[in-house]
Amino acid sequence: MGLLAYMSPLEFILTLFCISVVAGFIGSLIGLGGGIVIVPVLTLLYGIDIRYAIGASIVSVIATSSGAAAAYVRERLTNLRAAMLLELGTTSSAISGAFLAGVLHSRRLFLIFGVVMGCSALAMLKRLENRAAPAAPDAWADRLHLHGSYFDEVQGREVSYRLCHTRLGVVLMYGAGMISGLLGIGSGALKVPAMDLAMRIPIKVSTATSNFMIGVTAAASAGVYFSRGDIDPVIAAPVAIGVVFGATAGSKVLPRADNRLIRMVFVIVLLIIAAQMIWKGLR
Amino acid sequence: MEGAAMSTQGSEGKSAINAEPFGHIEVLISRLLRAGVVISLSMVAAGLLLMFIHHPGYLHSVMDLQRLTSPGAAFPHTLREVVSGLLAMRGQAVVVLGLLLLIATPIMRVAVSIVGFVLQRDRAFIVITSVVLALLLVSFLLGKVV
Repeated sequence: MGLLAYMSPLEFILTLFCISVVAGFIGSLIGLGGGIVIVPVLTLLYGIDIRYAIGASIVSVIATSSGAAAAYVRERLTNLRAAMLLELGTTSSAISGAFLAGVLHSRRLFLIFGVVMGCSALAMLKRLENRAAPAAPDAWADRLHLHGSYFDEVQGREVSYRLCHTRLGVVLMYGAGMISGLLGIGSGALKVPAMDLAMRIPIKVSTATSNFMIGVTAAASAGVYFSRGDIDPVIAAPVAIGVVFGATAGSKVLPRADNRLIRMVFVIVLLIIAAQMIWKGLR
Repeated sequence: MEGAAMSTQGSEGKSAINAEPFGHIEVLISRLLRAGVVISLSMVAAGLLLMFIHHPGYLHSVMDLQRLTSPGAAFPHTLREVVSGLLAMRGQAVVVLGLLLLIATPIMRVAVSIVGFVLQRDRAFIVITSVVLALLLVSFLLGKVV
């Protein structure tokens, strides 16, 4: 049933707004877009239909992305050129994913979402020990001038970095975009490890670049969700506003944040929610 | 001692900012994103306010929430419904228009990037970004058909 049965529209909008602030804050820090919190909260806590939850989460992803990216792009944490190349993969796949979601059964969506979140958590946990190795030479990255640099506030210096495995990156983004379209998540949990592990982009740049890209990925499928009637304004409105407030605060924290601690906390939260979603899908 | 020497070196590194030609596009994109978010969210908030003014019952009625958020709830989900809702000054239509503007913001960002790459005469990225924009527009058209 959920909280829906005990609330007035006003109470619903106010509580959802507060939760969305937290979702936007976490989402902007880790590059996930907040959808990964919004969908389970709407379905498990409020008892809202999964399709409306996914519609609201698509909106939340775009709101987090635009809200946080405004700051990340200005501070040059985002690698714009790499982002625009990788968007080739994410946009083309998000279209096919959104159509699949209309065909699949709700319970199966829960199950897929749970497994995806579990895998994301394990990938993030692995990253804690994985130290950066020197990038292999990559002709595509050279030709398209994808290498970059950013000012790291924690280290107090300008950090230059080189990209590798550009083509593998685009293919991985296609897969990430497919899952994004299917489940209405930003799929940052898949994009960030792909950029970090395969393409050797520094963690903070990966997070900020993922944050930048997820907005376009979500926008690619948002049209489909809108015309199918999955974006309920009463649900999406407080989510959009709250998430932007949270994401703006998060974008001020990321340059100075301790990545290890945030990552550890989030992995634990992610695993708990994943287990709940899988349980609901199997029941 | 060594640590202090390191940190002064670090602060000098900051002066190297904006060495790359992409600098101006960054400011442009950042401003566009901020403007898109502020304008669209103002409309969403105004729409919510309008909704509560038209339906004071929403402040306390539990039944209303279930009707508004359960499968089959009536809200605009075509452009025609949004327009007719706006003409009737319906709060939900204003909210949806704001949400559509929010959705359009990343797409406008891609369009603005193309202009930036044209100014830089970066042929590869003019093509790449144009294809991304085309894919985005196709997805919107496909959504209309289905």
